[in-house]
This record gives sequence, C-alpha cells and structure tokens, in this order.
Amino acid sequence: MAQSASSNTGAGLTLEEGWQGAVSDWSSDQRAFKKVPWGKALMWIFLLSDTFVFSCFLIGYMTVRNSTTVAWPNPSEVFALHVGGVEVPLLLIAIMTFILISSSGTMAMAVNFGYRQNRKVTFYLMFATALLGLSFVGMQAFEWTKLIVEEGVRPWGNPFGAAQFGSTFFMITGFHGLHVSGGVIYLFYIAFKVLRGDCDRKGNYEIVEIAGLYWHFVDLVWVFIFAFFYLW
Amino acid sequence: MANIAPTDAGYVPPAEVEDTELHDPQSFITKYIWSQDHKVIAIQYSMTALAVGMVALVLSWLMRLQLGFPETFSFIDEADYYQFITMHGMIMVIYLLTALFLGGFGNYLIPLMVGARDMVFPYLNMLSFWVYLLAVLVLMASFFVPGGPTGAGWTLYPPQAILSGTPGQEYGIVLMLASLVIFIVAFTMGGLNYVTTALQGRTRGMTLMRLPLTVWGIVTASILGLLAFPALFVGGVMMLLDKVLGTSFFMPTIVELGEQLEYGGGSPLLFQHLFWFFGHPEVYIVALPAFGIVSDLLATHARKSIFGYRMMVWAILAIGGLSFVVWAHHMFVSGMNPYFGFFFATTTLIIAVPTAIKVYNWVLTLWQADIHLTLPMLFSIGFIVTFVNGGITGLFLGNVVVDVPLSDTMFVVAHFHMVMGVAPILVIFGAIYHWYPLMTGRMLNEGMGQFHFWVTFLGAYLIYFPMHYLGFIGVPRRYYELGDTTFIPESAETLNAFITVAALVVGFAQLVFLYNMIHSFMKGRKSSQNPWSSASLEWQTPQKPPVHGNWGPSLPIVYRWAYDYSVPGAGRDYVPQNLPPDQVGDTDDPQPIGGGPVPAGQAAGVMEANK
Repeated sequence: MAQSASSNTGAGLTLEEGWQGAVSDWSSDQRAFKKVPWGKALMWIFLLSDTFVFSCFLIGYMTVRNSTTVAWPNPSEVFALHVGGVEVPLLLIAIMTFILISSSGTMAMAVNFGYRQNRKVTFYLMFATALLGLSFVGMQAFEWTKLIVEEGVRPWGNPFGAAQFGSTFFMITGFHGLHVSGGVIYLFYIAFKVLRGDCDRKGNYEIVEIAGLYWHFVDLVWVFIFAFFYLW
Repeated sequence: MANIAPTDAGYVPPAEVEDTELHDPQSFITKYIWSQDHKVIAIQYSMTALAVGMVALVLSWLMRLQLGFPETFSFIDEADYYQFITMHGMIMVIYLLTALFLGGFGNYLIPLMVGARDMVFPYLNMLSFWVYLLAVLVLMASFFVPGGPTGAGWTLYPPQAILSGTPGQEYGIVLMLASLVIFIVAFTMGGLNYVTTALQGRTRGMTLMRLPLTVWGIVTASILGLLAFPALFVGGVMMLLDKVLGTSFFMPTIVELGEQLEYGGGSPLLFQHLFWFFGHPEVYIVALPAFGIVSDLLATHARKSIFGYRMMVWAILAIGGLSFVVWAHHMFVSGMNPYFGFFFATTTLIIAVPTAIKVYNWVLTLWQADIHLTLPMLFSIGFIVTFVNGGITGLFLGNVVVDVPLSDTMFVVAHFHMVMGVAPILVIFGAIYHWYPLMTGRMLNEGMGQFHFWVTFLGAYLIYFPMHYLGFIGVPRRYYELGDTTFIPESAETLNAFITVAALVVGFAQLVFLYNMIHSFMKGRKSSQNPWSSASLEWQTPQKPPVHGNWGPSLPIVYRWAYDYSVPGAGRDYVPQNLPPDQVGDTDDPQPIGGGPVPAGQAAGVMEANK
C-alpha cells in the first residue's frame, strides 16, 4: 500500500553529484529518481500531464480570440470594481492573485516546518493555506456572480463584445477553480492527518510536500491565466 | 550481448525501498470484483475491452455488408451506416486497443516484469478500471438513446458533429464526448501508475536497460498517453460546451436549413489541431506496446537475444518524441499554410528511420536463429510483414503531393487498418497465446490457434490489399454506397463484394479464437511452469499463475537482461533473469523461487537505507 514505501526518502543513500550523478541514477536499479518516494514521483508526473491540459486550454483561448471577428472586450473595464465612487480596474483580481500567491508562501513554510517534524506549526500553516485557498474560491464565486447577474455575461454571449470572451472565461477560470477547490479539500485532509500525528508515526512529512507540489502548481497556473486573460 | 549481461553481475545493490505491504483480499468481492491486485485488474480490463471489441467487430460486419451488397439490406440506412463507422472506429482505437494494451497487458506484465509486488498505488489502479468501465457503459448507452449514437466519424469534426443532418446529434454526440472525458480520467489514473511503477518500483538488480522491451513499449506509450490525452480532453470539453451551452469555440458563423444559427466566430480548425495532437500520438500509444511485446515474443520463440537492444530502446523513445511533432499530416487537405505541410511531411518521413531500425532488428533477431514456429512466433512474423506493408503506404500519405489525391479515399482506410489495426491486433493475439499459460495455467488449443492465425493473417490481406486498389481508382471512404458514378468502374463493386466475404470469414475466425479461450480455460492442456522456456522475470514466480503479491516471501534479485537465450557455456538454452551467476552452468531446471536469501551485509544495508 501507499504508506509502506513512503518512508523511503533515501536518507541513507550517498549519491554522486551533477550530470555524472544523473547518469548513474538512471542506469541504476530500483529507482530512477533516487530520493523520490512513490507518491512524489506520481504527483510530478501528474502535474506534467495537467500542464498539458492547461496549455491546451490557454492555446484554445488564444486561437478563438484570434478567430473571432467581433472586438474583444477590454478586461480592465469588465473586471473593474466600483469603489468609493471610482472604477478601480482589476481590483478584485489583484486581491485574488495576492491571496493565492500568499497561500503559496504559507504552503512553502508548512513544508519547511514539516521537514523539521514540527506537527503543530505545520498544521497551522497548512490550515492557513487552505483558508486562503477557500477565500480565493469565495471571491471567484463573487466575481462570477457579479459577471452573470449584474453584467449579463453568459458562456454564449455578453454585452461587451466577442461571445468567446465569456466562453473562455467561464471555462478556464472554472476549470482552475475546480483545481483550487479540490486542492482546498486535499489540504484540509492532509492538515487533519498531520494534526492526528500520522506523519510523526511514519517519521516523515512527505505527504505535506506532495500536497505542496500540487498547490504551487495550481498557483503557477493562475499566474499564466492572470497574465493571458486579465492583462492581455 | 556480453556487455549487457555483465560478468560482474554477482554484485547487487542493497534494497532502497522496504518491501510493500499489500491490501490482502478478505472475501470473494475484494478478491475478484473490487480487487486491488494488478493481475485481476488486468483481466477485468482485458475482458471489458474484448467485450466492447466484439461490438465493434459486429459493427464492421454490418458496414461491410452494406458496402459489399448495397441496396440489399433494408435494415441499414444511411444514418445507421455512419453510426456504425463512428462507433467501430472509436471503440477499436480507444476502448479496445488502448485499454487492452495499457490497462490489460500493462497492468498484468509491468509489476511482474520489473519484479514488483503490485503497482505502486493499487487503489488508484482499481479506480482506473472502474472509471474505464463507466466510460464504456456511457458509450454503450448511446445505442439506446433517441437518435442513437453519433455518426460524426471517429474524428468528430465540428461543425458537422453537432449540427442536424449528422445522426446522433441529439444525445449520441454528448454521450460520446462525455465517455471520452471519463475514459481520459481513467487512463490518467492507470498511466500514472504504470510509469511510476516502472521508474520507481523495480526490484534489486533491475536496471532500466535490463527491462524487457515490453515494459519499455508500454511505459513509453503511457507517457505519450499522459501528454496527448489532455488535448482530446480539452477538445472534448470545448465541444461539449458548444453543444450543450451554445458556446462557439469550434463553430463559425453558419447557416443550417436556410437559417442562421446563434453560433459565430469559432475555429473548426482548432478542433482538428487538438484532436490530432492527441490522435497522432495515439497511433503510437497503440503501436509502441506492440513493438515491445513483439520483440520479446521473437526473442523467446527464436531462442536468441534480441538484436540491438539499446537501439530498440532508443528507437522507441525517438518514435515517442517524434510522434508529437507530426500531427498536422492528418490535415493536409484542411487548409494550412504550405510551409506547415512541408514541416509536417518532413517530420513524418523522419519517423521512418527509427521504425525501420526496429524492423531491421526484428529481422536480424530471426537471422540464423532457432525459429520455433509456435503460434506466438507465427503472429509475430505476421506482424512484421503487415507492419512493413502498412508503413510503406504511410510514406505515400506522409508526402503532401501524394496525400492530396489519396486523402479521403479507401487507400487511407487500407493504410491505417494495416498499420494500426491488423498489425497491433496480430501482436495482441500472439501475446495472448504467449501469456495465456501464465494467466490461467493452461495452454490454448494449438489446432484452433493455427486455424485462427492462417485465416486471420491471409484474410486480412484479402481484405486490405484490394482496398488499396479501390483507393487508387478514387473510391471515397465513408460513402454509404457508390451509386452511379462515371469514374468508378463496375468492377469496384465486385471487389467490394469480395472484400465483404473475406471480412465475414475473418470475423468468424475471431469467434473461433474466443471459443478457444473459453474452452481452454476449462479443458485446455495443463501448461508446465515455463512452457516457452522464457528468461524474463514474469515466468519465474513461485506459483503459476502468480498469486497475490507475486513473489512469495522475498522479492527476486535480477542479475541480467531478459534475453539470455542460447548462451554459450550456460547449462540450459536460457538463463532466467534472477538465476544467480554461480548457478548458470547448472543443467537442471532452475527452481522458480522469488529471490534468494539476502546476504548478511546487504541486509544491514537494507535497514540503513530504510531509516
């Protein structure tokens, strides 16, 4: 089962450095990535595959943005918030991005405290990460509601211009939002396992690091979505 | 050979990973239904794939009946015919070939061949099968919804796929796309397991360059799948939204029955790019496992080491890499910048180099070998011949100027059926004849097997050789009937009738094969421990068929590659991968034990590594 091998972080192995080390690892038996437990290898390969999913979504978005003959709405006007009598462009999205990037920070700290086998602080930091993720999803729900109810944006059309604006927006941010939501549940679950002392019993906190890989990936994808969708 | 099975094979590094605890089945249900054992999952995958493949086989008969004897069968109308084509193609490519090679053979063979107790994440593996079954059920459900399954052709090109006039545009297309998305989820769970197991779950002494080529083929194909299926996933999601929510990702401004639709501004070419970015690697997802398996079958049944093992590995990887940069050769007539055609034609023809290396190596493996004309060997030779035939017509179609007139004719149908239909399926048959004794402990019936081989092999040529000719004289593909045309002679109709008869006979031979599998399972001759005297690890388990956990108390230790046949100085004509070097000279049959006792010093190393 999964747990049994996860203690095998290769702490006792002495390995060669650099290219020579890479060659000898790959030509060795048992494992190609010497200090990488199974779960971590699986997560990396999954993230590689998921990268292709998001790349295809973004390339599809760029293609339809070029293929449509209708003018593309100006995102800084569509995504503006009316605060204190003035329109502030991209305000909400800036806050969302800030929150998500911050959650990557707390996640990185959680991994660090995991390495130090600090159960309590690891739990608090993971919990904070999950809460930040939850607030991101909440704000995204607010953004969607505002666009749908107040601005009349629909997947099949909108009052500002090309219909593909709404289609790609709901599809891509929706798919990313699903990733974040799944990540929040995953983080809460791992945080709970940490608090329960599962990692102490096993002697390592690698499930924290694996969850961290996923979370940083979701963040990184957001940076691209933010750049290509809101800033372009 | 000498440098791959090194003489200092006595030293084996200590274990880095502690032995796995498995989920032990408690009851009938956890043992055979919700099983986490890779062997049970493999058989579940294979059975499901073969069952759904039977549906596709029957559909092909119906299609051939219509083509061979037009206006004879009142129960096949135009819409039915298009639905048969679409479902036949999609089922054969995705739900049969991909699932059987990766979910079936991959699941069964990877842990046994790398010396693992199971896949690295057995629960995920179990989930993979059940989600795959769900995908199959969703697909089969489309036969029973109003309007029937989609008739858009297996490529599902929009805009026609979701507009009226295409059969199944009400529900069939939605179920097809949903089923594909579910299938991709299932495949991802399985594929992650296959790749991680081969990279990180090998036993002591099993280096990558000692892996049997079967594992190389299946794992490379799984990597291709993990990187190529995302494009189909995205294309499927987008088309679902176009169909269900009325978005316009793929839909241009369009008029239907004189009425302008709500759609506008989308790009139908985008779908073609997404589809073929998946679709071309998919060809190699089917072909690479076949390449790997056939290499092992040839070496074992010719009692000779595979020729050019390292070259074979690099060729598999090179083909896998190149398969991602050739996709638009499926779109030469779709309207592209001519320079794109030039680029994609060039990359396509470059693929001929590593594939030709593989073909030469297979032939050179047979050169001066002790060829046993067993059933797996017959099917393997059949594969080489068929693959060369199909590959050569691929060179025709890879050139833009030759492709333009041949595109959308029966020549294309003949080409891809030869190269990715018949050729991989011959390997599947050979592999089943080869590993059936391992899976069941009984041999398949030889007489029925010979009948099956000769009818299938010769019959496939009777079907597809004439079809090339039909393509040359301009018979288009995907036509319900030819009708009265001036450029197609009467004789084309006669040829079509001939092909149909051949197809029905070949189809009948497959029923004999299915009967053989069921009959031999109950009444077949009991097989010996290692009926083909195979050197690779999957035949060295303590029990036949292997039981849960595969290896008994300790994991095997591997000392050499999988191809030590007819080694001079060895006691027998094969040296199992896990036979300790000091026993190579022994002449009695090796004891099929898992691993030897761990020497004291190495046991200490195990403890240390596990800290």
